[in-house]
Amino acid sequence: MGQDSMPTHTGKKSRRSFLRQTVTIGGALLADGAQGWLGSHGTFAAVPPQSRLVISRDPNLRSTPTSLDSARLINCLDRAIQALHDCDSPLEAWRKVVRPGDVVGLKVNCLAGRGNCTRPELVNAICERLQQAGIKEIVIWDRLNSDLESARFKIVERGSGIRCFGNDVLGFEEELATFGSVGSLVAKTLTQACDAVINLPVLKDHGIAGVTIALKSMFGAIHNPNKYHVNVCNPYVADVNMLPPIRQKVRLHICDATTAQYEGGPSFMPHWTWPYNGLLVSHDPVALDYTGWQIIEKKRAEVGMKSLQEMKREPAYISTAADAQHRLGTDDPKFIKVVEV
Amino acid sequence: MATKYDLRLLEAQVPPTEPAGLACDRRSFLRAASLPCLAACAGAVIGHQNAVPLFAAPLAEDDSQFVKEARFYEKQAFRKIKCKLCPRGCAIDDRERGYCGVRENRGGTYYTLVHSRVVTAHIDPIEKKPFFHFLPGTVAFSIATAGCNVNCKMCQNWDISQVRPEQVRSNYAPPERVAVLAQQNNCPVIAYTYSEPVVFYEYVADTAEAAHRLGVKSVVVTGGYIQQEPLEKLCRQVDAIKVDLKGYSEKFYKEVVNGELKPVLDGLVTIRKHGVWNEIVYLVIPTLNDSDAEFHGLAKWVRSELGPDVPVHFTRFHPEYLLKNLPPTPVETLERAKAIADAEGLHYVYVGNVPGHPAENTYCPKCRKIVVERTGYTVGTVHIHNNKCQYCQQPIPGVWRA
Repeated sequence: MGQDSMPTHTGKKSRRSFLRQTVTIGGALLADGAQGWLGSHGTFAAVPPQSRLVISRDPNLRSTPTSLDSARLINCLDRAIQALHDCDSPLEAWRKVVRPGDVVGLKVNCLAGRGNCTRPELVNAICERLQQAGIKEIVIWDRLNSDLESARFKIVERGSGIRCFGNDVLGFEEELATFGSVGSLVAKTLTQACDAVINLPVLKDHGIAGVTIALKSMFGAIHNPNKYHVNVCNPYVADVNMLPPIRQKVRLHICDATTAQYEGGPSFMPHWTWPYNGLLVSHDPVALDYTGWQIIEKKRAEVGMKSLQEMKREPAYISTAADAQHRLGTDDPKFIKVVEV
Repeated sequence: MATKYDLRLLEAQVPPTEPAGLACDRRSFLRAASLPCLAACAGAVIGHQNAVPLFAAPLAEDDSQFVKEARFYEKQAFRKIKCKLCPRGCAIDDRERGYCGVRENRGGTYYTLVHSRVVTAHIDPIEKKPFFHFLPGTVAFSIATAGCNVNCKMCQNWDISQVRPEQVRSNYAPPERVAVLAQQNNCPVIAYTYSEPVVFYEYVADTAEAAHRLGVKSVVVTGGYIQQEPLEKLCRQVDAIKVDLKGYSEKFYKEVVNGELKPVLDGLVTIRKHGVWNEIVYLVIPTLNDSDAEFHGLAKWVRSELGPDVPVHFTRFHPEYLLKNLPPTPVETLERAKAIADAEGLHYVYVGNVPGHPAENTYCPKCRKIVVERTGYTVGTVHIHNNKCQYCQQPIPGVWRA
C-alpha cells in the first residue's frame, strides 16, 4: 500500500477496485441511513444516532426438536432483513448490504461443535439469498477446518461459487494489526479472500467474557485469541473489533439464536440451552450484543440463576465497545430501536 | 496442514534472540560462529555434508504425535479443567485452550500440544542465554516450541511465542533424539529457550531426563511465571535456570507483561532454596522500567532474598513487537542500573547486549581483577581454578566445569 506505515492488512487491491469502492461508499453515505450502511475502505462510516435491531422469531421454526424447517427459516431471515432495511423484498434489502462482484465471507461460529453453532441451514438460506442478489463468490469461514467439520460444514477449499474453509488454510497476515491493548495477525481469509463479511454468531453465555455474540465472534479472525481471555475479555473484544481490517469489512451481523444458551458457554451444554427460535439482525454489533445479553439474563432469571454481574462476569466489553474511543455502536437502550417481526 | 511461517528451523540464518532482548545481530552471530566448536556444530546443524537430518518432519498431518496428557491440572465438573502449571490458573472449557495457546482441553482431559514439537533449534554460545557463570565458552543445543504464558510487549520472539503451534512450522523431535543430537554435536548443555519453557514443561522434563542419561546438562531460560509445585519438580531435573525478571513493579507486570511479579519473585527464592544455578536478566526499557527506585528495589531484594552472588544482567532493549515506538536503551541507563546494584552490594552485575562493554567481563569481587574475559558471546581467558579466582583465591560461584 505504497509508503503507508500501517500494517499491510488491507490486502491486495487494484486501484480500480479501490476507486470503485470509494465512489460507491460516497453514494451510500448520501442515502437515507435506514436503507443501508456499507463499510468503507479506509473510512469509517459513523454509527447512526439510533441503531436498529430486528428480532425475527418463529415458534414453529423446528420441524423436530433438533432440526429446523428450512422454509420457515428462510422466511424468518427474509422478514428480518427486510425489516432492518425497511424494504419490500428481501433481495432489495440484501442489495443494500452487498454489491455484485463482492466476494462475501460468512463468518460462522463453530467452536462448540454441532450442538450449538451457526446452523448450516441458516448459512444455506443466506447463500441462497446472496446468490439471488447477484453474489457469485461466497466464503464460509471460521478458525479451523476441524471446527467447521465438527459443525457439519463441508470443506471446499478451491473452486468457484461457495467455498468453505478455516483460517488454517490461508494463514494470517505477517504484519501485526494493532489497536489499544491488542496486537494481532488478522486472518487472510478476511483480509484477502473477502471483500465483505457477514458475521453469523450464536447467542450464548461465556465463562470468562460473560456472553459471546457478535463482537466476540471476531476473535475467530485473529491468530491469538487465547491472549485476550483475561479480565473478562475487556477491553480486548472491543479492541479486536477496532482492528482496521475487521472494522472495514464486517457489514452485517445475523445472530443465529435458533438455539440459545444461558450457562456453561462457550462449550455446548444442552441442559442449559433453550429453543429461542429466532434471529437477531443488526448493523450495530454493540446493540446486538447488548440485546442478546439481556435475553440471556432474562432466561437466567426465569430459571432462578444468578445474573452475570452476580457471577462476576458481566460483559464489560460491551460498554467499552460503545465508548468514545471505540464507537462501535450503542449499548444504550434509549438508542436501540428493537423491531420484532 | 498448510505451512504458515517458515521460521528459523535449522537454517543458516540469524538465530532467534533469547528472551530479554539479547538481540543477536548478524555481526554478533558471525563472531560467535567463528568459534571452532560452533563452526563445526553449525555445520552439522545447517547441513554439513555428513550430517544426518536433525529432526524428522512430522509423522502425521494431524497433531497426534505432539499431544500428550498434560501435568499439573485438575478436572472439574462439566468437562472443565483448571490448569495448575502457572499462576494464571486458567479455567478451561472443553475444546478451548489456556492463555498459552499450547495446552488444550479435550473432553475434560488436558493435553499439551507441543511435546516434541520443535519450532526452532540452534547451537548457541551459552553466553547468549545468557549464562555467564555456567560452563563458559561452551555451546548449548537450544530448542523451543510455540507458546508463552505471558504477552510481553517487548517480546523479541513473538512470532513463535505468541502463536499457536499449528500456525508455525514444526518438526518432530522426541526427547531421546534431542539428547543424542546434543551429544553428537558436542553440546554439553541443552537449553530450553526462545519462547517459554514453562508452557512446554512436559517436553522439558522428559528431555532433561533423557539428556542426563547421556551426561548432557539442561538449562532453562524462562520468565519464571510458574506455580511452586511444578517449579520444585523442575529444580530437581535441570542444572541451571535463567530468569527474565521483566520489571520490579506489579504495575509493569500487569501493563507490559500481562503477568504478575510476586510469583516470579517467589520462584526465584524456590530456585535458590533448591541450589540450582540461577542468573537473572533485567531488560531495561526506557520510560517503562528504568527508574532508580526499581533498580534499587530489585538490587535490595536480590541481595536480601537470594544473596549477593546471583549474577544480574541489565540488558539493552531494542524496539520490537508492540514497543517499536520506544528507543533502544541508552548505555548510560544500563550503567546507572549497574552502579546502583553494585552499590547495593551485588557482586556480579553485568551489562548485556552492548558488545565490547567492560561490564561483560567477570571481575573478582575481592581483588577486582578480570577472571573471565568476554566480548559479546566470545569468551577469552578464564582465570578461575578450582572455582576460585586464580589471583586471590576468592571463591567465584558458578559451574565452571562440566
